[in-house]
Amino acid sequence: MTSVPDPLGMLERMWLIRAFEERVSELYARNQIAGLLHLGIGQEGVAVGLAWGLEPRDRLFGGHRAHAHALARGADPARLLMEIAGRATGYCGGKGGTMHIAAPETGFVTATGVVAGNIPLALGSAYASTVSGDGALGVVAFGDGAGQTGSFHESLNIAALWGLPLLFVCENNGYAEFSPLSAHTKVERLARHAETYGIPAVTVDGNDAAAVLAAVRDGVDRARAGGGPTFIEALTYRLRGHYEGDPGKYRELSELADWKQKDPIARFVADQGLEAESPAAEARARAIVDAATDAALAAPHASVDQLRTQVTAEAVA
Amino acid sequence: MSSPETSAALGADPSDASDPSVMSDPPARAGWSRLSYAEGMALGLREALASDPTVRLMGQYFFGLTPWRRLTVDIRERFPDRVWDPPIAEIGYVGTGIGAAISGLRPIVDVATASFIFQPFSQVVNEAANIHYMTGGQTRVPMVIHVNHGIRGGGAAQHSHSPQAMLWNTPGIKIMTPSSARDVRGLLRTAVEDDNPVFWADHAKLFDYVDDVPDAEERIPFGVAEIKRAGTDVTIVGTSLMVRRALEAAEILAADGISAEVVDPRTLVPFDTETILESVGRTGRLVIVDECHQSCGVGAEIAARVAEHAFDALRAPIRRIATADVPIPFGRPMEELVEPSAAKVVTAVRSLLG
Ligand SMILES: Cc1ncc(C[n+]2csc(CCOP(=O)(O)OP(=O)(O)O)c2C)c(N)n1
Ligand SMILES: [Mg+2]
Repeated sequence: MTSVPDPLGMLERMWLIRAFEERVSELYARNQIAGLLHLGIGQEGVAVGLAWGLEPRDRLFGGHRAHAHALARGADPARLLMEIAGRATGYCGGKGGTMHIAAPETGFVTATGVVAGNIPLALGSAYASTVSGDGALGVVAFGDGAGQTGSFHESLNIAALWGLPLLFVCENNGYAEFSPLSAHTKVERLARHAETYGIPAVTVDGNDAAAVLAAVRDGVDRARAGGGPTFIEALTYRLRGHYEGDPGKYRELSELADWKQKDPIARFVADQGLEAESPAAEARARAIVDAATDAALAAPHASVDQLRTQVTAEAVA
Repeated sequence: MSSPETSAALGADPSDASDPSVMSDPPARAGWSRLSYAEGMALGLREALASDPTVRLMGQYFFGLTPWRRLTVDIRERFPDRVWDPPIAEIGYVGTGIGAAISGLRPIVDVATASFIFQPFSQVVNEAANIHYMTGGQTRVPMVIHVNHGIRGGGAAQHSHSPQAMLWNTPGIKIMTPSSARDVRGLLRTAVEDDNPVFWADHAKLFDYVDDVPDAEERIPFGVAEIKRAGTDVTIVGTSLMVRRALEAAEILAADGISAEVVDPRTLVPFDTETILESVGRTGRLVIVDECHQSCGVGAEIAARVAEHAFDALRAPIRRIATADVPIPFGRPMEELVEPSAAKVVTAVRSLLG
C-alpha cells in the first residue's frame, strides 16, 4: 500500500465522478439529455490520482472522455451537468456539450472530440509557461487509441527535443471504440513510444489511484526541476460502453466481470483502510449529484441570443 | 411528407434495430426494389466489390453509429479479404489509399465523420487532388473517399462539418452528394470506375429514406442533375439531405398554390449548370439550400453561376439557405437555429413571391 496525504479527499472525488457519470447515463437513458456521451466509469483512479498530483496553476487538456478529468480538477458538478445538458448556465453556455467541456479556473483548460487533437495544445501550454515563468505544467490525458495518430508522435518528439515541462498521461483502457488495442498496433505498451523519443516513461496500474499519484508526482518533480516531459501509461478499463448506447458486443462478459473485481474505488477503499468512511463519502457524493441534477434540469436551455456571439474574440477593454 | 430521420439519430443502439434487410417495404413494381438509402449504399458497395477484384474497402464506419452499421458486417462476410480496418491514423490510411490507387487498386476509403477529413486533408488536397495534373497526366488516383457529413444532432462543433465547399475549392477532386437510395448506388458505381479521386459525402439522416431502386445494375453519370419535382414558380436547388428538405418545402408550398421545382445536382464536380439555368429560365426565381456554412459555401458558387449566366431570367434576388456562419453549437435550440430547414426554405420562397 502506498500512503497518500489526503485519502478521504481522493475517495470522495472518485465517488463524485462515479455518481456523476451514473447520473449522466440515467439521464441519457431517460431521454433527458442527448449527444455522444463517453463516460469515465472505471477510470476514476487515473483522473483522481492525476489531479491530486497537480497544482491549481497546472493546465490539463482532456479528450472526448473528459467529464472525470474536469471533476477531478474541481469543476462544479452542477455547471458541468448543465453543459452536458446543453443549458445556458453550463460552463460553455451550452455551446460545447459533453465533448467540449472546459473549466479553466480549475486548471481544466479544454477538451476535444478529435482524438489526439489535445496533445499538441498541451505542448504549447508548457512552452508558454517557460516563457512566462508561471511554473504551470502542461498536462494532457488521452487514450491508447490516440497513440496511433501522427499528432501523438509529432508531439512526443517536439516535447523531448525542447525539454518541455509536461506530463503525457495515456489512459490505456485496452480499446479504441469497439476494437482491442491488438487490432490497432503491435506496440501494446504505449510507454515504449516515449522511450523511443527519449522521454522517461512509466507504466502503472491505473486502477490504483495511489500508484497513479506517485507516478504523477515523479513526473511533476522532474518537470518543475527543468527535467522535461514524462510519459505515464495508466492501465485501466472502462466499465461502460465506448459511448452511451453502445451494445458492447465486442467484449467478453467475463472480461468485464474481471475488471469489476478491480474497481478502482473498492481497491482504494481496501488499500487505504477506508471501509468505515466510504459509505458516508458515497452518500455525500450522491447528494451533491442529486442537487446538481435538480439545478441542471431546472436551468434554461442554451440561449439562441448567444448563437452569434464568441465566434471571434472581442478585444479586451 | 413524414421524415424518417429520427431513427437515424446518433448513438442509437444497433441491437435495438430490427434487421435492416427486412425493414423496407415490399417491391413497388417488377424489376424494382424498395430500398432504404443505407441499403442502396450497401448494394453499391457490394456490386463494386463483386465487379472488380481491385476494389478494396478501408474503414468500417460507412454507416456511422446507426443501426445500419450491421450492413458492414454483411459486406465483410461476403468479401472477407477485401475489407481493411485501419487504426486511428487518418493521415496514414488515407495516404495508403492514395498510394494504392496510384499503384493499381481502386480503394474506397472511409473517413467516417466528415470532421475527421481535416486530419488527412493534406493527403487529399495536396497529394490526391494534384497528382494527375502535376505529373502531366502520367499518374492517376482512382479512389473514393467516403464521409458522413452534416449536423446529425448533438455533434457540436467537431462532429458536424460539411466540407464539400472546401473540397469544391480544390481542383482535381470530384464530389458526389447523393440524396436517394437509387442515386447513391448508381453514383457510387460510376465513382469507383472513375480514374480520379472522388469525395463521397453521405448524411446519416438520409439512411432511413426509402426509394425505388432498379434491380438491374445502374451507373448514374456524374454532372447530370435530376429534377426531383417539377414546378413552375420557383427553382429550389438542394444537395444531399437538403434535397429532402427542399422536397418537404415544395410540399408545404404546394398547399399554398405555389409550384416549386426541386433540382438535385447530384454531383458538385462536375456540376450541371445547364439544368439549373434552364430551370431558372422557366421559373425566374432561385433558392439554394445546402448544409455548408454560408460564406463561400456550395450555395455561394451556385448563386454566382446563375447570376453570371441567367441574370436576365431572374425576377427576384437569389436566396441562399445555408448553415449559419458559426461553429455548430451543442445545445439543441441553438443547433436548430443554425441548421437549414424546410421552414426556412418556405419562408425564403414566400419572400420571393411576395
Ligand atoms: C481523429 C479522429 N478519428 C476518429 C475519431 C472517432 N473516435 C472517437 S473516440 C475513438 C476511440 C478513441 O480511443 P482511445 O484513444 O483509446 O480513447 P477511449 O475512447 O478508449 O477513452 C475514435 C476512433 C475521432 N473522434 N477523431
Ligand atoms: Mg482506449
